Amino acid sequence: MKFSLEWLKQHLETAASAQEIADKLTAIGLEVEGVSNPAEALAPFRVAKVLTAKKHPQADKLQVLTVDAGTGETIQVVCGAPNAHAGMLGVFGPPGAYIPGSDLTLKVAAIRGVESHGMMCSSRELELGDDHSGIIELPADAPVGATFTDYAGLDDPVFDVAITPNRQDCMGVRGIARDLAAAGIGTLKPLAVPQIEAVEPCPVEIRIEDPEGCPAFFGRAITGVKNGASPGWMQRRLKSAGQRPISALVDITNYVMLDLGRPAHAYDIAKLSGGLTARAAKAGEKVLALNEKDYRLQPFMTVIADEKQVHDIGGIMGGEDSGVSATTTDVMLEVAYFTPEHIARTGQALGLASDARSRFERGVDPAFLDDGLAVLTGFILDVCGGQASAASRVGNPPVEKRTIAFDFNRTKALAGIDVPEPEQKQILERLGFELSANQVTVPTWRRDVEGSADLVEEVARIVGYDQVPSTPLSRAPGVAKPTATRSQLIERQVRRTAAARGLDEAVTWSFISEKEAEVFGGGEWKLANPISEDMKVMRPSLLPGLIAAARRNLDRGASSVRLFEIGRRYLGDTEYRTLGLLLAGDQRRREWQSGKAQPFGPFDAKAEVSALLDAAGAPVASLQVLPGAGPTWHPGRSARLGLGPKTVVAAFGELHPSLAKSLDAPPGAVAAEIYFDAIPAPRSAGHTRTQYRPPALQAVTRDFAFIIPADLASENLRRAIAGADRTAIAGVRLFDRFETKEGLSVAFEVTLQPAEKSFTDEQIGEISARIVTASEKLGARLRG
Amino acid sequence: MSDALLDRIAAANDLQELDSVRVALLGKSGEITAKLKSLGSMEPETRASEAPKIHALREQVTAAIGDRKAALEAADLERKLATEKIDLSLPAPESVSGTVHPVSQVMDELAEIFADLGFSVAEGPEIETQWYNFTALNMPENHPARAMQDTFYLEPRTPDEEPYVLRTHTSPVQIRAGKDRGAPTYLIAPGRVYRSDSDATHTPMFHQVEGFVIDKGITLGHLKWTLETFLKAFFERDDVVLRMRPSYFPFTEPSAEVDVGWSMEKGRRVVGGQEGWMEVLGSGMVHPRVIANCGLDPDEWQGFAFGCGIDRLAMLKYGMDDLRAFFDGDIRWLKHYGFGALDVPTLSGGVSA
Repeated sequence: MKFSLEWLKQHLETAASAQEIADKLTAIGLEVEGVSNPAEALAPFRVAKVLTAKKHPQADKLQVLTVDAGTGETIQVVCGAPNAHAGMLGVFGPPGAYIPGSDLTLKVAAIRGVESHGMMCSSRELELGDDHSGIIELPADAPVGATFTDYAGLDDPVFDVAITPNRQDCMGVRGIARDLAAAGIGTLKPLAVPQIEAVEPCPVEIRIEDPEGCPAFFGRAITGVKNGASPGWMQRRLKSAGQRPISALVDITNYVMLDLGRPAHAYDIAKLSGGLTARAAKAGEKVLALNEKDYRLQPFMTVIADEKQVHDIGGIMGGEDSGVSATTTDVMLEVAYFTPEHIARTGQALGLASDARSRFERGVDPAFLDDGLAVLTGFILDVCGGQASAASRVGNPPVEKRTIAFDFNRTKALAGIDVPEPEQKQILERLGFELSANQVTVPTWRRDVEGSADLVEEVARIVGYDQVPSTPLSRAPGVAKPTATRSQLIERQVRRTAAARGLDEAVTWSFISEKEAEVFGGGEWKLANPISEDMKVMRPSLLPGLIAAARRNLDRGASSVRLFEIGRRYLGDTEYRTLGLLLAGDQRRREWQSGKAQPFGPFDAKAEVSALLDAAGAPVASLQVLPGAGPTWHPGRSARLGLGPKTVVAAFGELHPSLAKSLDAPPGAVAAEIYFDAIPAPRSAGHTRTQYRPPALQAVTRDFAFIIPADLASENLRRAIAGADRTAIAGVRLFDRFETKEGLSVAFEVTLQPAEKSFTDEQIGEISARIVTASEKLGARLRG
Repeated sequence: MSDALLDRIAAANDLQELDSVRVALLGKSGEITAKLKSLGSMEPETRASEAPKIHALREQVTAAIGDRKAALEAADLERKLATEKIDLSLPAPESVSGTVHPVSQVMDELAEIFADLGFSVAEGPEIETQWYNFTALNMPENHPARAMQDTFYLEPRTPDEEPYVLRTHTSPVQIRAGKDRGAPTYLIAPGRVYRSDSDATHTPMFHQVEGFVIDKGITLGHLKWTLETFLKAFFERDDVVLRMRPSYFPFTEPSAEVDVGWSMEKGRRVVGGQEGWMEVLGSGMVHPRVIANCGLDPDEWQGFAFGCGIDRLAMLKYGMDDLRAFFDGDIRWLKHYGFGALDVPTLSGGVSA
């Protein structure tokens, strides 16, 4: 919402400066986004008199002028304007002045051999209008030497105010003036509403067939008008609001909307067939709107139509076919009340924004139809002449006033500010509320005020939020208690463990392309209105995002990428907390000691996933390695980790080589996912650890090498060995593995821990025999 | 006699030679051994006078051999060490170090600060019903505020399913937590939020933190104090100045936009001081209707809520200037703006890394 200070003063008697007003506006909740003054840019320009005008000796179309700009000297200016002549008054720009319309800074220069010491300017050059047919010609009484902007009344700061959606009443300059007056910046002037004398009844019949969408439709015809240009003052105000003046009738309806927050529409009666009806649109009906676009309407939309066609998308935009033009002589005014919810729905469905919509959908003052119509009529009669018909009024706007029982102590209780009751009452009254004891009646233009809390806000914002005392929350005695939940702690622990292990945490989009989702089993949730097809499906896995990020990094020249992300997978009605990690490129770069670069392998993924599961408190030692992690993984080089096939806590391994083709995944990349929700909660043991004393006797180690069947998982054998004597065997570690002619050889280092006494050779022999027996059950054979 | 022997020891040029001298003197058939042996066959008087001399000689020789041996060994070691020189300017084996994303770091900082104020951390779903995201927050269908937020809608999974939305803010957690926990409640709710917005300064996904307090006798003054306390702790500056401005959010009444004062330091705009204002968060007293939607009696309970962009907080504190880079996963950016694994924010060590 933009408006100038001069315009504001139409409604507000005030001596406050632009800065004071701007500060106050922001303080009361009408945020000033900027204050600009067009005069600042035009400060160097002066009213000047052309003393003489002679033909340029070298150019037919140029003249050489002498100019008096009130400086006491005669200035020579070369001028190309056909209307320049001796004795005229115009606007002079001295050397150094910046010409905004031409984007140049004046300097003394010779034009075709004649020096020019400045410039006489056109409207367009000063961005005051489109006229470039000649230089500005000022009236004969313009004071020579005066600052042009002062003379022309251009020294008028323009405020740009952001209006929050609840404040429709401030989508008109008068509403803003009312708020300022309530806040002590001047007094609100009374609004002059003209009395319209009419003899003839309204010649255009109006009807309402859709009282839900349009409960009230007022109107009147004005015949015999001349639709010329609107007056200069109105044009200046419209321009300050960022509107381009078009014609008197259009400008007047725009002006009343911006000035009083009252949108209206003017129809050219000559282009109507019969009366105007506010009705629901018919399915498939179309209208060409004033923005020259076609809109297909639906039955929930309210339109204004004559017998033949739709002429107005009610409350949003008029139709091109019945718009007013320079030749319009008879005009029908529509001042209606449209139901906000209908307007919002229609506007959203059509994707059509307009100044009228933004006001109607927030709810215009339902008690301002008659006065609004009178003000509009008054302006039209003044500017365009003509004869007004009687007003026609159909339906009833919802003017019932809301009354709130208000306890003035609420202001202190809710906002924390002590405002004496009489002051609170004054503030509310200045804002238009009516008070009777503790009953507060809300003005018709404040649809947003519904209860006590709203009244507290009214008082608090006018008093100023700077009056709110900073009040400490009460604090529980003692040291602050821990607040993090188990899952939050796990997430933190895992995140920092991953970073400590050399992984970089990424945050990638929660949405991926359908193609990516497809590869990972498809996503259940799709956006109906995605920003792009790449961001269409809520991810069923964290890996597509990491694959894409790894690819980008490698494309940028990274030789090694270790990424992880902790986020959610969106499956069904649950959002699963998940960690994804991806290792691509070199595990180790080529190096002077170890030689060639080493690629990542599945065991790198296993190392990470094991460490992170451990950090998450998962029982890593009891996790089973279940072969094959699924279709996106290399079938032979991936596995799941679980407490059983139904409690899978992680998957890891090499990505399926086909992903390199379908998703441009880096070849050989290894990855892992950890499913936090599947990790069982550890039994709470309190702070005390189980009792432990390091054994007094030294442990002994024995090595066992076996030839094993090709399909025997080494881990199964390791567990069998560990289980051969649970008291004595303290650890089993596979340390060697190679192919022999007889089959695959694996070797384990078994740690035996004596308890009270050292083992005898006999005891060790017995344990060894049990180890061999247990291993043979799995088809392993002790190597000779 | 002894001088000649000592000369022979001193003349030994290496350990081997020295050993031969030792054998020649002290060995089984060495010269001094022979003298010792000869003591047995001497007359007692002669023995009494000769024995101390021979023993003294032996000791003198043994000591001289020992000294010579140590000197030769030291010289040997020196020679050996002189050949063992390596270029220690060569690089050590590389180790990798990872990083924590700034968003995670800031979330940890927030949790730490608010834990001290007695706030716990709550979470909620990102795929949300329209009721939780809008209606319960006092934004009925066609409410203009729904138009303020460009919402992502999800395709209904069944023909009669009301479309879900990607939550446009963390505020639905207010309702969920209010329902689950009742009152009094003090919480923050950080997380991902989504808006259909994408340009130089907006991304369709970003992070917000919600603050939510419901108790008895809570006022706008408590909100002001909480935000001041939080921002001073977060930016670790005492000159953080706040300005509250009346504003509008459907779920708060009264509502306040909060600006924080900034100043220029080394050509950069930093939080602190009062050279200008920038908007950092929206807040207000929880709307009575929202309290009722939490299943609480608005005549008994009241409280405040605020919402703030986490990515933006990170940018203001740590100086990143491009939001889009947060979600690109560029390891160069992550290594520059990320945090070390052990940079854990703590109250005693400071919440800043």
